[in-house]
Amino acid sequence: MAEIRTVGVAGCGTMGAGIAIVAARAGLRTLVYDTRADALAKARQQSEAFFAKSVERGKLTAGQVETILGHLVGTTKLEDFSACDLVIEAVFEDLKVKHALFAQLDGICPAHTLFASNTSTLSITEIAGGSGRDDRFVGMHFCLPAQLMKLVEMSPGLNTSEASFQAAWEFCKALGQHPVKTQDSPGFILNYFLIPFNNDAIRLVESGVAEPAEIDKAIKGAMGYAMGPFELLDLVGMDTQLLLCEAMHGLTHEPRAACPPLVRRMIAAGRLGKKTGRGFHVHKDSKMFGA
Amino acid sequence: MAYCVIDTGASRSFPAAHALTQGAAEDGEIVVVIGAEVKRGIARIKNPDTRTAVLLELGTECLGVYTGESRGTEGSNVLGFARFRLGDAAPTNLVELVRQPRTGPAALAAAQKLFEDAGLAVAVCNDFPGRIVDRLIRPYFNAALRRLDEGLASADDMDTTLKLGLGYPEGPIALLERTGLAAHFDVTQALYEALGDAAYAPARRARAAKQRG
Repeated sequence: MAEIRTVGVAGCGTMGAGIAIVAARAGLRTLVYDTRADALAKARQQSEAFFAKSVERGKLTAGQVETILGHLVGTTKLEDFSACDLVIEAVFEDLKVKHALFAQLDGICPAHTLFASNTSTLSITEIAGGSGRDDRFVGMHFCLPAQLMKLVEMSPGLNTSEASFQAAWEFCKALGQHPVKTQDSPGFILNYFLIPFNNDAIRLVESGVAEPAEIDKAIKGAMGYAMGPFELLDLVGMDTQLLLCEAMHGLTHEPRAACPPLVRRMIAAGRLGKKTGRGFHVHKDSKMFGA
Repeated sequence: MAYCVIDTGASRSFPAAHALTQGAAEDGEIVVVIGAEVKRGIARIKNPDTRTAVLLELGTECLGVYTGESRGTEGSNVLGFARFRLGDAAPTNLVELVRQPRTGPAALAAAQKLFEDAGLAVAVCNDFPGRIVDRLIRPYFNAALRRLDEGLASADDMDTTLKLGLGYPEGPIALLERTGLAAHFDVTQALYEALGDAAYAPARRARAAKQRG
């Protein structure tokens, strides 16, 4: 496999911007594509702010940051990805949108370019099926916020070649990340366990077993978890939990993945979580991830 | 507030000396019954109705087994409790304190203070099988064991993912191996019988561990 020197990240939302920071920080030329110039500008500002913090904390020097930011280039032209050895897609979780993107990329990128998807719930094999190169396609699911979290869940699709998976695995390690291998299965590992666990916690409240604060206290005290399920749900947001449940339950039909009715009622009441100041808990600070 | 402890033996919450048992008086306004023979302990309480609180150690059973229940209006000075513990591991510092719909506020407050003064964290819940922690973690443990059988990932990769992704101190497979798969079978089988929910049906690996003995 060709050496990976230039990386493309398609989509500059929270995940895409974070993945781009990881790639650029590892010394790779990193192109970030989005159709929205204003979103690219915002992501650039957030990246600069993140690296400024890294300098403040003594993790990087100002000179290193200058070099890293020099590697990080935003573009609204997908054609620029013709220079990429690997493309990571981080766009909206919609199979049709991803197929359209990869079909275009297949015509733009050289034959050696590996394709990867950061999907958290869709099937890698299904996304790869519309890519024109399903043998050179892998799942690379980064965790939020990608620039701080080391974990990457990596999945081969049914037709992914061993050489492609190995190349992507080595690339992931070269980024300084910690890859784990999972089957191409709904939710992979993390979301497969987390979404139903959080739903179960909500159902305890619906059933009158205990109040959210008491459940958080119990889980943290008994299991040593850093956050209780309702503290985490308030960060995730009820709107996102609903989308995750719909995606997971739609694929697995497992009862624990079905969205509890209370989530829909909380969305209707504007209690989305930290972002609206109130979810299962009341929040004075609506900032997310220290941004 | 002075309290006494009636120890009926084989307590899962207090298997060894603890500030709570060591701080007990001969008698007191609060009576704590620990051990596996709760009914025998209750029989030894003098004037239970006059106490500020009577605290009964629970296993997988509900508090209503000891207090009786009455059309959703039950509740008195009697509360249940259990210090959460996984299998053979030492008890955690978390006490689940079980109340009923009309549990007296003075009894609840006195019970909370008693445990907290002994260095324990208290989470209050209503009288349901599995209380909070077992009710929440057993389906997760069963799912982890099942997905291991199905080859979702290796045991190490599953554990690593949940540790790195969610900050859990230990992954589910390592945790169950450390604390005993047979013990997981016992708890989850009891919950399956009580709740009738397939999520609690013991996973194959737990059943096999139980059958191995």
